[in-house]
Amino acid sequence: MNSALVVMWHRQIKSYFRNRQRLAVTLVQPSLFLIAFRFGIGGMFEQSGRGNYIQFLIPGIVGMTILMSSTMGGMSLIWDKQFGFLKETLVAPVSRTSLLFGRCLGGATTSFVQGLIVLFLGFSMGFRIINWGLFPLALIVMFTIALLFNLLGTSIASKFDDMHSFPAIMNFMVMPMIFISGALFPTDGFPPVIKFLVKINPFTYCNHLLKYSMGSAALHSILLDIAVIVIIVSILGSLGTYFFNKMET
Amino acid sequence: MIAIDVKNLTKKFDQFVAVDDISFQVEKGGIFAFLGPNGAGKSTVIKMMTTILYPTDGSIFINNYNIHNEKSEVRKSIGVIFQDHTLDDELTAYENLYYHSALYKIPERIRREKIDDMLHYVGLLDRKNDLVRTFSGGMKRRIEIARGLLHSPTILFLDEPTLGLDVQTRAFLWNYIKKINEEQGITIFFTTHNMEEVENIATKIAIIDKGRILSQGTSKEIKKATKTKTLENAFLTLTGYGIREQSADK
Repeated sequence: MNSALVVMWHRQIKSYFRNRQRLAVTLVQPSLFLIAFRFGIGGMFEQSGRGNYIQFLIPGIVGMTILMSSTMGGMSLIWDKQFGFLKETLVAPVSRTSLLFGRCLGGATTSFVQGLIVLFLGFSMGFRIINWGLFPLALIVMFTIALLFNLLGTSIASKFDDMHSFPAIMNFMVMPMIFISGALFPTDGFPPVIKFLVKINPFTYCNHLLKYSMGSAALHSILLDIAVIVIIVSILGSLGTYFFNKMET
Repeated sequence: MIAIDVKNLTKKFDQFVAVDDISFQVEKGGIFAFLGPNGAGKSTVIKMMTTILYPTDGSIFINNYNIHNEKSEVRKSIGVIFQDHTLDDELTAYENLYYHSALYKIPERIRREKIDDMLHYVGLLDRKNDLVRTFSGGMKRRIEIARGLLHSPTILFLDEPTLGLDVQTRAFLWNYIKKINEEQGITIFFTTHNMEEVENIATKIAIIDKGRILSQGTSKEIKKATKTKTLENAFLTLTGYGIREQSADK
């Protein structure tokens, strides 16, 4: 272990899995969503002839789990600011870019694992992968979504010091992203204004690609999803690097 | 040989001038104390010298490396012990030191031995596998000293290192600092508002207040210049008797 990227990745994973309470808490919310939506609107969905709701819902819940956990990954940066460990890393003779990506890859790994746990929970509720040939793509998409939203959370966290306002701001951003992405219910009945918001919501494309890779029919070309995700990861990577290089403490 | 060379250093936070056009030099192997009341600008200066805060104006050379464009060389050659604890509480003492050794690229084959040696020096080898959150403030400070010296820096910065420590840990810390200064020639730069520590440890002192250096030299020179008998009187003569507002950030 010599590169700062590996050091930070390793440390993020170790810290996360050492705290079992945190691990349990992060799985409670997606599980509640899963149960509430399955039994809340599952019947209506199936009665309207849209097919099996579990097949529709599980990829969405997996994506939602990863999205929520990843954006909150920025919280670890705020903790490190508050409790001092950030200074130890900023004063080390390593590039700030490797610190950023090490953190985000560590956070992405833990979010990915949470997504997998929820996926297995989905299997126990009857969800089935339609095309196993596409499953490796699903895993890649899950990890890429985790990296994307870790970069978003960490970039925003680099500009914040307050550990109370950060979760509130992230929730303010994340919840609408989930609800207007098509993750939990279809968006085709939305009014035009909301449909426009669906189109400019980055999570729409993450969710569409994830659903496709787990067996749902494509509503548009997946090349569009891949292009949007690659562009956003590049932008957030550059922005995060810029913020990290300018960071003072 | 000059280890630290600071010229016309200024730091402004919006309109507030935290450090106002200060200059000083620290010789290699010296022990230099920055003495000042709360909010004088001591921590701001140390943060700029250790490359985690950008100066508004002026120059800083650490071991002849410019902090503006030779940050990595500066960072390799210094050890830093900040005022607040900077350990990861969720990791063990060994893991904190291991990650530090990896960040500073200490060769893997000597890492374990070096970490054990450092933990032995600070008397915490038997607690190496305990989580840092179970440690007292004094134990955390000893781990930070071990960590700050693990990569064999030539300059050690300590920002109010004895704040909140008991008498025994304070005595241990200063004895150890004096020892590494004498035996290994490590240059020491520390900030404090404790007169006794300064008198006992420092070879040279700068008294700073409101971002400006009011006097610098040996304890004797400062007392002579202020026509006082003790360093405390010299300090009060220079900085006045007004009670200062504490500022954690500046």
